Amino acid sequence: MWKFLLPFAAFVALVVLFAMGLNPKRDIHALPSPLIGKPAPEFTLTDVLDESRSVTNSTLKGQVYVLNVWASWCLPCRQEHEALLAISRDKVVPIIGLDYMDDRNKAKMLLEQLGNPYTAVPFDKDGRTAIDWGVYGAPETYLVNAKGRIVFKFISPITPEVWEKEFLPRIAAARSGT
Amino acid sequence: MIRPQATLWALALSFCVAGAFAQEQGPGLDPHGQLQNPALQGRFERITKELRCLVCQNESIADSNVELASDLRRQVREMLVAGKSDDAIFKFMTDRYGEFVRFAPPLTAKTALIWGAPFFMVLVGGFIIFRVVRQRSRMPLDE
Repeated sequence: MWKFLLPFAAFVALVVLFAMGLNPKRDIHALPSPLIGKPAPEFTLTDVLDESRSVTNSTLKGQVYVLNVWASWCLPCRQEHEALLAISRDKVVPIIGLDYMDDRNKAKMLLEQLGNPYTAVPFDKDGRTAIDWGVYGAPETYLVNAKGRIVFKFISPITPEVWEKEFLPRIAAARSGT
Repeated sequence: MIRPQATLWALALSFCVAGAFAQEQGPGLDPHGQLQNPALQGRFERITKELRCLVCQNESIADSNVELASDLRRQVREMLVAGKSDDAIFKFMTDRYGEFVRFAPPLTAKTALIWGAPFFMVLVGGFIIFRVVRQRSRMPLDE
């Protein structure tokens, strides 16, 4: 009996494994971040819009905020720009826009033309801050809770649906301190 | 007339040759140049081959021309010059990018399955062969 059952069980196990592997909803390039639950790496950079102004996240401690990694060369970032503008109008949380390996003038121009959804725009010219945050592409969006810990990372452009389903509940939880 | 097989062989050979050239060009593409200290350069080459480029996930940061790979090479280079150990460099990378950044993750409870699976499969295969061979060698006696 086991001579039949054992290969059959192995076959079923393989089918399940392949079905999981082929699931179109699963993005094989999206990597889980080891920084979830860890303190958000601190940075002090200049602001894209005003070179003399320094931007740091150390003053944001005690506040829930979103860090969005973007660049003027990044086309998918253009896609989410409209959504970010809408989100910023709701003023739910501050949105920090980490400008990743960019050209300052191009970044400035883009924000002037399309609108600026960010409360601050730290300029990460050489990508060092991005390395600290484990960034491997743009756009990436992080949620930091009131204790200054990263609670969520979203890879790929934000849409109003993603904001509503993935971010808002987590922001509420981050506020209540859980 | 050229036989199709010969054409295939020629094609395969040309790929090999192209591959060899691609390999040779690799390190020369690095804009940062070589490290002065040959021991450090050796460690640099070994470490960057051990780290995965997270943009093009089947390439190492030594092989990849993506900007992120170049940034991570710069990071490795600076840490080597600053006198950091190999372990410290790997820890820096895994702290930020996870175990996935290493092509050969260290043996831990979580990775035991990956490291153990080949041995387990050899054992299972050996057991099956053992049984089949024993059964077959018994057959004439049973008849």
